[in-house]
Amino acid sequence: MHLFHPHARRRRAQGALAVLALGLGTLGFAFFETQVLKNDTYALQSDANRLRPLPIPPPRGSIFDRNGEILADNVPGYALSLLPGPPDTVRAALERLAPLLGLTPARIDALMARRRRAPGQPLVVSTDLTFEQVSAIEERRLFLPGVYIDMRPKRRYPDGAAVAHLLGYVGEISEDELARPEFEGYSAGQVIGKTGIERRYERTLGGTPGVRYVEMDAHGRIVGEYAPRRVVAPVPGEDLRLHVDLDLQRWIAKIFPDTMRGAIVAVEPGTGHVLAMYSNPSFDPNLFVGGIDPEVWRRLNEDPAKPLLNRATDGTYPPGSTFKLVTAAIAMELGVLDPDQPMQIPCRGGMQYGNRYFRCWERSGHGYLTLPDAIKVSCDVYFYQVGLKIGLERFLSEGTRLGFASASGVDLPSEKSGIFPDGPRWYRRRWGWDPTQAEVLSLAIGQGANDQSPLRMAQLYAALAGNGRVMAPRIAADDDGSERRWDLGWGDEILEPLLEGIRRVTIPNGGGTAGMSALEHWDWRGKTGTSQNAHGDDHAWFVGMAGPRGGKPEIVVAVLLEFGQHGWVAAQYAAKTADYYLRRKYGMPTDTVQTLMEHYRAGRPARWAQ
Amino acid sequence: MILIQRLRASLGDTTLLLLVLGLSLFGVAMVYSAGQLDVPDPAVQWVWKKQLLFLGVSVFVFLVVTRIQVRWFEWAAVPAYVIGTALLALTLVIGRGYGTAQGTKSWIDLGPILVQPSQFAILATILMLARVTGNWREPPRSLWTLITPVMLVLVPMGLVMLQPDLGTAMVFTAILLAVLYWAGTPLGLMFMLVSPVVGLLLSFNAGLFSIHMVLLVVFLYFYRAYLWEGVTVVAANLAAGTIALPLWNSLAGYQKARLLVFLDPSIDPRGAGWHVIQSRVAIGSGGPFGKGFTLGSQKRLAFLPEQHTDFIFSVIGEEFGFFFGTFPVLLVFGLILWRITRIAERVPDPFAGIVVFGIFGAWFAHVVVNIGMTVGIMPITGIPLPFLSYGGSFLLASYLALGLVQRIAAEQGRM
Repeated sequence: MHLFHPHARRRRAQGALAVLALGLGTLGFAFFETQVLKNDTYALQSDANRLRPLPIPPPRGSIFDRNGEILADNVPGYALSLLPGPPDTVRAALERLAPLLGLTPARIDALMARRRRAPGQPLVVSTDLTFEQVSAIEERRLFLPGVYIDMRPKRRYPDGAAVAHLLGYVGEISEDELARPEFEGYSAGQVIGKTGIERRYERTLGGTPGVRYVEMDAHGRIVGEYAPRRVVAPVPGEDLRLHVDLDLQRWIAKIFPDTMRGAIVAVEPGTGHVLAMYSNPSFDPNLFVGGIDPEVWRRLNEDPAKPLLNRATDGTYPPGSTFKLVTAAIAMELGVLDPDQPMQIPCRGGMQYGNRYFRCWERSGHGYLTLPDAIKVSCDVYFYQVGLKIGLERFLSEGTRLGFASASGVDLPSEKSGIFPDGPRWYRRRWGWDPTQAEVLSLAIGQGANDQSPLRMAQLYAALAGNGRVMAPRIAADDDGSERRWDLGWGDEILEPLLEGIRRVTIPNGGGTAGMSALEHWDWRGKTGTSQNAHGDDHAWFVGMAGPRGGKPEIVVAVLLEFGQHGWVAAQYAAKTADYYLRRKYGMPTDTVQTLMEHYRAGRPARWAQ
Repeated sequence: MILIQRLRASLGDTTLLLLVLGLSLFGVAMVYSAGQLDVPDPAVQWVWKKQLLFLGVSVFVFLVVTRIQVRWFEWAAVPAYVIGTALLALTLVIGRGYGTAQGTKSWIDLGPILVQPSQFAILATILMLARVTGNWREPPRSLWTLITPVMLVLVPMGLVMLQPDLGTAMVFTAILLAVLYWAGTPLGLMFMLVSPVVGLLLSFNAGLFSIHMVLLVVFLYFYRAYLWEGVTVVAANLAAGTIALPLWNSLAGYQKARLLVFLDPSIDPRGAGWHVIQSRVAIGSGGPFGKGFTLGSQKRLAFLPEQHTDFIFSVIGEEFGFFFGTFPVLLVFGLILWRITRIAERVPDPFAGIVVFGIFGAWFAHVVVNIGMTVGIMPITGIPLPFLSYGGSFLLASYLALGLVQRIAAEQGRM
């Protein structure tokens, strides 16, 4: 047969058509499968390709004081973040951003370390862009893949340093914190309260982040917001109201001597509401918003004055003479002290015990004293003898039973417990020696192995003002705290001589240790303290209470001044704090000349003090 | 009336011409769409204008070619083949890469344009093969008869593989098979010819290779092949099985990666598997009805690589879906190829018929390999899709081939 006979050609053409149909049919089927049968899978993949979920940070709840004034709120800020990506890409982007944002190599390293901890999360580079930086970056958007800028609420503390220790500050959650059960449900990159009220009430204030989706191209450049996908709105944090009086807090920050370290705490007796809490030196919590500069952080940490330490709760000091009331109360409780009878040995500037001579702070001596007068002049010799009547072992067990080795239970994330030996064995455990009876002499005047925080002392005096009972100090209004009440169990027969004693301390020109702190309008009483300090000058204490004439005390103030030398120095600040609070409470005009000493200094007549 | 009839007659198969022209214009539209990205790429944004220009030039060349008698082509086959092969050799010296094939030497830089000589070498080889096999007066009886056409293909194919351009080499194979088939080679002989390639592919699995060898021997026995023929084929298969591993090792890294990724794209989703995965996602997410012209998100967001050249079909799939995009385009290709076999069938002249069917083989290979690649049923080889992919050389060569087909149809096909 001829090779190209029409029949041969037809047969070949039919074969060719069969192959053609097979080939294109296979392709057709493959496309039918991909596009019609598996469309859903690929549509999802296509979305996953280009849509990136980005968290929407929730606005934190605002914090108000008792009068509704703002302690902390939010302002809109521009934040710059980098999308998750391989380390080299992220580093390259950071290096391109460096000149625009002023990133130092150290800062880039720190950011890279943060990226390593949370590789799947957007990396927040800055939450504090200026408008110029925003526009400079938007111009270069094409060359900055993975960079996005969004508006997000930025924490603001209008009163800055005045409320720093009380409120704490916010910052990005750390790896350690993420691992804790306290932060279950949080994810890397979230901003949380780090210290203070911000931390303690994180669950209230924090809110829940939302999610939005952005469309991204293959090079990691954000092309736009992806609207069709449902945006999950963030749940804003709840507002928080504090018992704190912001005006009082500001006043304390203003009058506190700049160069001194210390703390002032004001508490409402009975309720335990914290009216003010200030520690000096302070810091500006606004510095922490959006990530603190490592250099600033280093300086704050290495400062010998320890500005980050909240001395009101985390600083503990021997309470000194302010503790003498406890010594007296223990003795009366045990029935070994009659408040109306003087001690056997009169004060002659000191007393001999064993082979040691124990001095009174007053070298010229106080003579014979009843309890109220011993409190008024803070006679050491009187209280040495009270201590000896109690005995070391009983003193330690009673002090421990009353709770001086525990914390106040304030609603703050950290509080240092008081230090008080639970018995003579404590000394061996702690320091490796056994105490002699002479140890009780030191303890009786508030020295020795006894450290208390200003807040704890304020709470103690609040209990004295409230029939021996007080609630745990509370800062936030929604904390009940009633189960944390502190009951000293002292009756009127014990409290009355103590209150009479501290009344005499502040009688104008009455010979008490703080007579110069007397106030014109208020019943003001309290106790000075001077705690011996191995590292330098003595610390000055004053814990006092004030209220309307003839009424119950309405504010208790504890003041501690490190190296303040004399309790009467502290008494001035305590009195000024109480006076300011009560004047405002009773609608009286405030005045900078408040105490008796200030009247004298200002050359003002003080007829009320005659 | 007579004028129109004469014009129609001189253009050959007008249905074929309209199909091709329609497809080409659709191709320009798709090249335009391929340039529409969210972050515009200046290298791709305006190429549709160039493509339109190339189309104009190609149509002009097509019209010129339809004026040339088929005998002239038969006469020109030898010089064309020699020049084509020489150009391929020259490309190896002065060639450069482009697009997906950056590392290869496939293009000659002529200043304003890049020319891909292999596209023209394919045409020349078809002519040459047609001239040789067209002279057969009886079907080839042994492998020995096939030695000349095989050698004629192996020379340019080898040169192309050195570029290296695996895709075009596959097209050469397709041409050889198509030409031999149309020239009347018995299927058994063709099987013997390709069996070493099958052996090469199966040699990666000892069991499959053994089965293949047993079946081969059984086939040779029943086919009553010459003894020397049988020995040669078995030896060639064994050799293929033996050299498979050294051959594999001699492949460039990207070639190995592409072949491995063909078997399983997920082994390297960011690297070699990226093309296949993203192309499949583009096509699959296009769904039954597509995302709309220029609106393909995979393409817009630059997930789809080489969207205007090798992966143009993925753009079609993403933007027009199955029912408005991939299926109709496959149908048009089917119609075009059917019209070509119809011409080949109606042409009594062996040379002319073989040329037409050779072109069928080349285009069919392009369509199957390129489209199959976009959906992951063919390895990624970087060969363009006729009339749709952006590229001047290929469009021009395609229209040259079309001119040849149409001239043959007009001259001898009694269309």
